[in-house]
Amino acid sequence: MGVRSKRGRCAVPIQVRIRINGRSREHDVEPRTLLVHFLRDFCGLTGTHVGCETGVCGACTILVDGKAVKSCTMFAVQADGLEINTIEGLATNDRLHPVQQGFWECHGLQCGFCTPGMIMAAVHLLAKNARPTRDEIAGALHGNLCRCTGYSHIIDAVRHASGQQVAGR
Amino acid sequence: MAETAPAPYVGRALKRVEDPRLIKGIGTYTDDLRLPGMLHAAILRSPHAHARVVRINVSAAQSITGVVSVLTGAEVNEHCGAVPCVADIADLRAPRHTVLAGDRVYFVGHPVAVVVATDPYVARDGAEAIDVEYDPLPAVANPEEALKDGSPLTHPDLGTNLAYTHTLTGGDVDEAFRRADRVIKQRIVHQRLTPMPIEPRGVVASYHVGEGTLTVWSSTQIPHLVRTLLPGMIKIAENKLRIVAPEVGGGFGAKLNLYPEEALCGHLAMRLGAPVKWVESRRENAASTIHGRDQIGDYEVAVRHDGTILGLKARTIADLGSYLQLLTPAIPTLTGLVLTGCYRIPAIRLDVLGVYTNKMSTDAYRGAGRPEATYLIERLMDIVAREVGVDRIEIRLKHFPEPTEFPFHTASDLKYDSGNYQGALSKARQLANWEALMTERAAARAAGRLLGVGVSTYVEICAMGPSKAMPAGGWEWGCVRIEMSGKVTVITGATPHGQGQETSFAQIVADRLGVPIEDIVVLHGDTNVAHYGRDTYGSRATAVGGSALVMCIDKIVAKAKRLAAHLLEAPLDRVTFANGRFSTAGNDRRLSWTEMASEAFVAKNLPAEFEPGLEASSFFEPENFTFPFGAHIAVVEIDRDTGLVHIKKYVAVDDCGPQINPLLVEGQVQGGIAHSIGQALFEQTVYDENGQLLTGEFMDYAIPRAGDIPEYILGSTVTPSPSNPLGIKGVGEAGTIGATPAIANAVIDALEPLGIKHLDLPLTPERIWRAMQRHAVEAV
Repeated sequence: MGVRSKRGRCAVPIQVRIRINGRSREHDVEPRTLLVHFLRDFCGLTGTHVGCETGVCGACTILVDGKAVKSCTMFAVQADGLEINTIEGLATNDRLHPVQQGFWECHGLQCGFCTPGMIMAAVHLLAKNARPTRDEIAGALHGNLCRCTGYSHIIDAVRHASGQQVAGR
Repeated sequence: MAETAPAPYVGRALKRVEDPRLIKGIGTYTDDLRLPGMLHAAILRSPHAHARVVRINVSAAQSITGVVSVLTGAEVNEHCGAVPCVADIADLRAPRHTVLAGDRVYFVGHPVAVVVATDPYVARDGAEAIDVEYDPLPAVANPEEALKDGSPLTHPDLGTNLAYTHTLTGGDVDEAFRRADRVIKQRIVHQRLTPMPIEPRGVVASYHVGEGTLTVWSSTQIPHLVRTLLPGMIKIAENKLRIVAPEVGGGFGAKLNLYPEEALCGHLAMRLGAPVKWVESRRENAASTIHGRDQIGDYEVAVRHDGTILGLKARTIADLGSYLQLLTPAIPTLTGLVLTGCYRIPAIRLDVLGVYTNKMSTDAYRGAGRPEATYLIERLMDIVAREVGVDRIEIRLKHFPEPTEFPFHTASDLKYDSGNYQGALSKARQLANWEALMTERAAARAAGRLLGVGVSTYVEICAMGPSKAMPAGGWEWGCVRIEMSGKVTVITGATPHGQGQETSFAQIVADRLGVPIEDIVVLHGDTNVAHYGRDTYGSRATAVGGSALVMCIDKIVAKAKRLAAHLLEAPLDRVTFANGRFSTAGNDRRLSWTEMASEAFVAKNLPAEFEPGLEASSFFEPENFTFPFGAHIAVVEIDRDTGLVHIKKYVAVDDCGPQINPLLVEGQVQGGIAHSIGQALFEQTVYDENGQLLTGEFMDYAIPRAGDIPEYILGSTVTPSPSNPLGIKGVGEAGTIGATPAIANAVIDALEPLGIKHLDLPLTPERIWRAMQRHAVEAV
């Protein structure tokens, strides 16, 4: 938490430089600033959502050096010097990433709140395992909660993204 | 040249128009709003279930740099009015529900003070720095205990914990029980549940001093109901209040409410002259956003030896929590309305006792009353079948009304609109390969495996509803406008929050106007745009809101025909409209909407007494509810060593009437079943005996994960409702209503060889394992 002064804020702001979606971002932050709030409040990247602040729901999942990480479980200062990808950087020149396309084709989202985190977790899965089975997908998404879809269409979406046949799509 | 009709959009599994912004992470939810000069609120909440607030010292909080204001109930409540409950229940004893606590707190999570600061972290620092001295008082968390003499009182000033007694009767119950060969009794406990949308609630309020108007963005299902009710709390005229529901990250009933924080943020924005944002933490969501279910019932069924059910009697204790939220006391009364389910049960009596406890309020959680009823009657059907030795399919078929008997009047005085319950059950059995399942079960049992098959047939009340049966109007409003360019703007008061009406409503309108779907935009969720609305709950949006759009289109087409007759110089009755073109025999000219709109808005060549423009708005008032139905079959296997339930197969056949977009219907059904899997197998909101909340996070409250979901086999039948022009019945809650009893019945079926007749939900490994040990001991 750092040392809290009478002014409420932690005494010494720390300069943090993080490469986000290919662009370097530099801000002075309190040591206690969560990475997810750095993304949302300092960088204006509000596609990464906060659902629980305890690392359970996965709505804040991003890629840190290519690995899926829950950005509410890291301080911004811990990400200093690292390479981060968020949902906003996934589509290139307005061309959807295959996982985004899969979610669209297969109705893998309803309210859309868990979706950015879900997509980032799936991107990480497919980077490691290009043709995952249903069980492997479910396992990889174990840390991402969805309350709308019942997951079935999400699993279809990831199969679609990996070029596998999905019934009816 | 003959024009061929384009393929209709309705009935096609189109992907959603709302998705691109959501999958790119550029949709705007409440917490994504950033206004110039915006302040951040944090709320300090009670850690006690019941206590006297002796003293609140805010000086340390106020001294923190960045803290703008610290306010307690003493400073806020006189400006904020009471949180309303609109349920119409006779002889209801109700406590005054202030926005912040007064000199007592009544549940863990009760808001006590608010801190407003320039930064959300500092606002939380401020809340932490408030020093509250509490004098803890005895609390009551168990509704049965709450009814006993000498129980601590949730609200001592009411003198009792009993909020109301509601009795529903139909047919001659006494006679039914006199004529019965047997009376079968069962106590069934329906656990408390937490809805847990992944987006917590949030509010941003901004006051515009010059105009004297207040805008409130809220993560709500019901912006229009909030606009109706909030003026009564914070003294702002309805026409100076704008409510916006931006992207809403799931609701499930949890956001079908007017909460203290909506009034509080509105008040703070006016009081402080700056925009104020408050976003709920997950812990606050678990403690201070409504819960659902929580009913304890003793049921008696009057039966003949052949399994004929003559009547049903029940006494239900409904735990309301400490306060009445918007519909709190009405939910258990809904349970009574559909307690006879799909069955011809001629006599019923239900006594509901609504009870206050020192817990969060219960209210409408996905299904709201109907999951309770369906679970109860479906468990009872299985219990009766087993007791009298009748097959559980046979006993259901025996009590179904015939498809020709609709509209079917129930003992609870509902008029079921249309149905073919036999058809749905038959299709589900076929999809499940029923005969093979029975063989498989027999083989599994012979091998000592615990394999069970469960069936549930359900009917629910949807498309809420006729205004005479609703607290504040049950109609829905819509507006369709052909823009000057020929593009079409659709505005609906049925505010979706993930259901996909931007797509499905465009499908309805595109077909009826004969325009490409790309030319249509569907607007919603902002009371300055959608002037009227009753919003989304009770599986009503498409049936009621879609019907309002049909009325608008009928008006526009009728008006446009007059213009076409004028332009084509033909008599009105010779003008035809098809595939988006107005024409008349003997004239090659075919007027498109673009041409028509141009003429209607430029207004230089209009028929006499013809208002410019091509726009219509309508209120659709449903004459009756709709009654979707279906049949679900679950196959489970239980691990003998651990009690863990594995769902091996899941078949759902749902009849929601004609489907606008089968992909979206499938999504609703699958999502609903997931809620049921949670309720049947793991979810339970737990308070300890002192009223301390033990399930305050996702770490303690287990909602289903991807690995908990089976591969579904889904089917449907189509029985249109006569209650609206689209024939739609609704599907938002079907999965949650049909699936819980199917899974529970399958688990009990699996445990039948051990002599286990009933277990209450959730059917966790621990609960099953303990029951197995108990019965193993008894069997020795």
